[in-house]
Amino acid sequence: MNSTPLASMLWVLVGGIVGSLGAVGLKAGAGRLKFTIGALLSNWQLIGGVIAYLASSVLFVKGMKQGQLSVLYPLVAVGQIWTLLWGRILFKEKITQNKLIAVALILVGVGLIGYGNSQSEVTAVPAPATTVR
Amino acid sequence: MVACSTIIQVIAQLLIKAGTEQLPADPTLSQTAIGMFTILPLFAGYACYGLFTIVMVLALRHGELSMTFPILALSYVWVAGASAIWLHESLNAAKIAGVAVIVGGVAVLGRSDKSA
Repeated sequence: MNSTPLASMLWVLVGGIVGSLGAVGLKAGAGRLKFTIGALLSNWQLIGGVIAYLASSVLFVKGMKQGQLSVLYPLVAVGQIWTLLWGRILFKEKITQNKLIAVALILVGVGLIGYGNSQSEVTAVPAPATTVR
Repeated sequence: MVACSTIIQVIAQLLIKAGTEQLPADPTLSQTAIGMFTILPLFAGYACYGLFTIVMVLALRHGELSMTFPILALSYVWVAGASAIWLHESLNAAKIAGVAVIVGGVAVLGRSDKSA
């Protein structure tokens, strides 16, 4: 199978940004959550969050059409970084040392997968069993 | 329970990937959106995500958030394995290392909630 086109990765990454906005909507909406139909329908943050999640899944599916699942799925983790950023900006959440380490690890991982993807065109190494840690 | 939910996620991803085969080549966003309701594997994939959400909410009611994220990160391992086995995708050392590092990152992210 061919390597994953850059366009597919970009669709998934943009989907991640939209999805992180969905998380912002849910968080903002959850603050004034009441379980009556009227209250739910007037909770525009909650509705906006759900719409953002639906929109992000359309972008994911569009990106998934071409390319390898093993490359595209891990890119979803980049969305966590955006969520962290919105948390800092909008909800004044602290960025702890652990969070910075997590962001660095996710970025390194995505870089490795991108590199592995560019190599898979040239030399397709047969897959060894995934190591369980 | 959380570990089970990662299996649901993998099934969802495989269904979604299989469903995209039935989309036209280079689909528009509206074709994609309509396809999510009319293409059975795609719809089933997202139904799995609905199920996943319910299982997660039930799991979180027992208050194990700091353990939940590291376990959830396992879905990246399952998806990589499933892609290699069922979709015959080529894994190489760099990709496997990448998945392992991301799993570490997502796991650390979850744990940091406790200290924050």
